[in-house]
Amino acid sequence: MAVRVQMEDFDIGAELKRISDGRTDIGAIVTFTGTVRGGEGETAITQMTLEHYPGMTEAELERIETEAQRRWPLQASLVIHRHGTLRPGDNIVLVVTASRHRQAAFEAAEFLMDFLKTQAPFWKKETRADGSGGWVDARECDDTALTRWQGAAATSPRVKAAE
Amino acid sequence: MTEAPPATVKLVYFAWVREKMGRAEETVSVPATVATIADLVQWLRSRGPEYESAFERPEIVRAAIDQAHVKPHATVAGAREIAFFPPVTGG
Repeated sequence: MAVRVQMEDFDIGAELKRISDGRTDIGAIVTFTGTVRGGEGETAITQMTLEHYPGMTEAELERIETEAQRRWPLQASLVIHRHGTLRPGDNIVLVVTASRHRQAAFEAAEFLMDFLKTQAPFWKKETRADGSGGWVDARECDDTALTRWQGAAATSPRVKAAE
Repeated sequence: MTEAPPATVKLVYFAWVREKMGRAEETVSVPATVATIADLVQWLRSRGPEYESAFERPEIVRAAIDQAHVKPHATVAGAREIAFFPPVTGG
């Protein structure tokens, strides 16, 4: 279980190896990687800068990870989020969840991303090819995505049904 | 506790709130009449054009007390660090 906030890129293969090495209790590992979208023409994004709130960022990510562990039986989890100046195609975020079965790993990874996007204090600023740009607006659909995780159940109905 | 003296608190700003403020942080003496985040925003708005600009639409500015998200009705008593920022856009 770990969260990391860093400027440097991450190596997905190395992170997966670190999580699964020597473990025989894991049956499913899900990874999600978020990358910088570029676009085309005058409105193409040439650069994206991610600002964050040092201290609170780590605290929020740990809180979200703890909540995922409470809801799903996870053998391991990892969240890495980059900050600083990135270019199209660059990695932004990595979420890894490991469980005995795939459903918990899939759902926990989605849960982590949905909460990360609405709770972790990061802000994106874009620069476009025509010189325009600015701070990215929050999307309402990200808040909407949270509503499906509401409720006090220790695990989601889908996981319960699968057991 | 009875009438409290002005409390010293560190304010930190991020993203366009920071840009409109023209600084990333400052320490202010908050009068005892300021009880909540909403009170604090209202008080800050009277302090100058940069505050007025940053809090022009106070309903979209988010706040955190001591590095945890809070709502506008949250009480500021005892806070060491209060942050103001736009809705987050990471991930």
